[in-house]
Amino acid sequence: MSELKGKFGIHGGQYIPETLMNAVNELEMAYNLLKNDGQFNKELAFLLNEYAGRPSELYYAENVTKKLGGAKIYLKREDLNHTGSHKINNVLGQVLLAKKMGKKRIIAETGAGQHGVATATAATLLGMECEIFMGEEDTERQALNVFRMQLLGAKVNSVKSGTKTLKDAVSEAMREWSRRVDDTFYVLGSVMGPHPYPQIVRDFQSVISKEIKEQLMEKESVLPSTVIACVGGGSNSIGAFYNFIGDKEVELIGCEAAGKGIDTFETAATIAKGRLGIFHGMKSYFCQTENGQIAPVYSISAGLDYPGIGPEHAYLHDIKRAQYVPVTDDEAVGAFEFLSRTEGIIPAIESAHAVHYAMKIAPEMKKDAIIVVCISGRGDKDVAMIAKYKGVNINE
Amino acid sequence: MNNIRSSSVFSPFDGEKKSGNITEIFKNKKVLITYLTAGDPSLDKTENYILAMAENGADLIEIGIPFSDPVAEGKTIQDAMTRALSKKIDLDDIFNAVVNVRKKSNVPLVFMTYLNPLFSYGYEKFFKKCADTGIKGVIVPDMPFEEQDEIKAFTDKFGIVIITLIAPTSKERINTLARQAEGFVYLVSSLGVTGVRSRITTNIGNIVSEIKKLTDTPVAVGFGISTAEQAKEMAKDADGVIIGSAVVKIIAEYKENAATKLAEYVSEIKKIIQN
Repeated sequence: MSELKGKFGIHGGQYIPETLMNAVNELEMAYNLLKNDGQFNKELAFLLNEYAGRPSELYYAENVTKKLGGAKIYLKREDLNHTGSHKINNVLGQVLLAKKMGKKRIIAETGAGQHGVATATAATLLGMECEIFMGEEDTERQALNVFRMQLLGAKVNSVKSGTKTLKDAVSEAMREWSRRVDDTFYVLGSVMGPHPYPQIVRDFQSVISKEIKEQLMEKESVLPSTVIACVGGGSNSIGAFYNFIGDKEVELIGCEAAGKGIDTFETAATIAKGRLGIFHGMKSYFCQTENGQIAPVYSISAGLDYPGIGPEHAYLHDIKRAQYVPVTDDEAVGAFEFLSRTEGIIPAIESAHAVHYAMKIAPEMKKDAIIVVCISGRGDKDVAMIAKYKGVNINE
Repeated sequence: MNNIRSSSVFSPFDGEKKSGNITEIFKNKKVLITYLTAGDPSLDKTENYILAMAENGADLIEIGIPFSDPVAEGKTIQDAMTRALSKKIDLDDIFNAVVNVRKKSNVPLVFMTYLNPLFSYGYEKFFKKCADTGIKGVIVPDMPFEEQDEIKAFTDKFGIVIITLIAPTSKERINTLARQAEGFVYLVSSLGVTGVRSRITTNIGNIVSEIKKLTDTPVAVGFGISTAEQAKEMAKDADGVIIGSAVVKIIAEYKENAATKLAEYVSEIKKIIQN
C-alpha cells in the first residue's frame, strides 16, 4: 500500500533524497510503535501537564465579544504554554520520541523562533544536543529569540542561502539531516515535509482541539460554530481543527498571511496565490513562478512567511471542509493592537491574523454563535517589530 | 518496514531497449560522467562546455536544470543554480541548447532535475521533448523509488531511463533499488549533499559488490569526487565516476573562459581512471 502512504487526497507523499529514506521509514516505525505505548503516553502527558502547563485555558473574551457585538468569542490560550506558543506540544512529543529512538542530537528549523525556542527547551530538558537553523533575515527581525535559544544551550545557525527565511531554514535543516542521519533527529515544526511528519505533528498538536471540545462542552454544552486559526505550514490550525473535522456543523477557517495584499507579489497566501507542486518532501500548494521555481514570499510575520501549506490543509481545502482566507499585514497589526487594548492579551503577530478574521465576521453572527480563536503564541517577541512598523522609536 | 512495491510492473523488454544506449558506454572501459548546470554562466557556454568535455573524454554528461531550492545540493551547485536562474532561462531554452549540442555531438546526455520544474512544465510535454531531443535519462534527487509513479508512465511512454540513486544509508533497500535499476546505478559516495570532499570514508567496494550481486546494470560513483586520486580510487571498485561540483567550481572560477581548463581537467581524470 505504499502508494497510499502519507497521502491526503492527492497531497503529501515522501519526495526526499534516497539518503533520508531509511531515516523517515525508521521514524515512521518508531512512531507507530510508541504512539499507542502506555509508558510513552504517560511520560508525554506528564511533560505536557507538569512542564508545559497544559491544559491551556479556553477563555471567554467578554470585552472583545461586547465590542464586536455579535458571536461570543473564546480564545484558546496556547500563548500561556511554557515557551509561549503551541510549538511546545509537538516538540515535547518529538524530542521524547527521539530520545526513545536512541538519538543524541536534535536539529530544527525555525521562522519566528518559536519552534526553535521550544525545541531548544525540550532538548535541554531531555539532555540532548541541539542545533537550530534560522534564516539570516529572521535572525535579524527576531533577534531576541536567537538569544533565547542560545541561553537555552542551543547552537543557532544563520542560514544565508536563498531568501534567507523559513523555507531556506527548512532546506538547510534537511541538508544537515542528510549529513548526520545516524545520531540526529530532525524535529520538524509544522504539519509539512515528507510523511510521516505531517501526521506526527498533527497528532501532537491535536491536543488543542481535543481540549477546546471538552472545555467548551463544559462551559457552554455545545460545539463551537466556528474555529479560526492562522496558517503558515499549518500546525496550530490543524491542531485546532482536527477533532472537529468530523463535526460538519463546525466551520473551520484558516487565516493565511497576505502580506501587503494578494494582488501584490509581497504575500505568503498559498491557497489564494499558489499552485499544486512538489517541494520540501510533499505534494501540496506552493507559491511559485510560472516555471515552477519556488517564489520568494513575504509577510510581516516570520512564522507565516512560508511559500507552502501542509498537505492535510491542501486536502481540507480541496474537499471544502475548511476555508482559507488571506489577512494582510495591516489587518494583523490592527488586530494585534485591538486584542491588546480590549482584552489585555498581546497575541503573537501570527495569531493576530486569526484575531482579525474573528473581528471581521463576529459582528455579522448571531449572539448565540460561538467563535473559538486559537491564540497560537504570545506577542512579546513582536513588540519591537510592531513599534518599528508604526514608526515608534523604542531604542533603549 | 519497507513497503516497496515488487518490480513486476517493469517490463524487462522496455528496460533493455531504453537502457541500451546508456549501458553500452560502460562496455570495456571505466566511464567518466560529468555534470554542469544549464545556463551557468550562459546557455551558449553550456553548449560549448558540454562539447569540450565530450571531446576530452566525458562519456556521458549530466545537465542540471536549475531550481530555486535544491535540497540535495551543497553550496557549489546551489550557487551555480542561482547564477543560472538570474539569467531567466526556462526549460524551452534548455531544450534548444540540447538541440544545438546534438547537431555537433552524439555524447549521451541526461538531465539532473528536481520534480517541481517538470511538474509545472507538464510531465508529458517534458518527456516527449526529452525523447525528441535525444535526452536518455533523468536523475531526480527528490524522487525516491516510492514516488516514481509520479513520472513512470511518461518515462516508459517516451523511453527515458530513470537513474536509480543508492546511498550509504540505503542498507536493505539496495535489494529492491538495484534490481529495478536501468541505465546505470548512481551510487552516492557519502552522506550529505553534493560538494567536493577531502576524504570519502564510505566503503564503496562493499556496496558496489552488494549491488553487483543483484544486477548487471553498471555502477557509477558520485558525490564529493574531485581529485585524480579520488577518481582513481573510486574507479577501482565501480564502473565509472561522476564528477559534478569540481566541474562547476572550474566554471564558477573561469566563467566564460572555462573551456580550456575543463578540457584539461576532464582528460586528466579520464586518463587516470583507465589505468
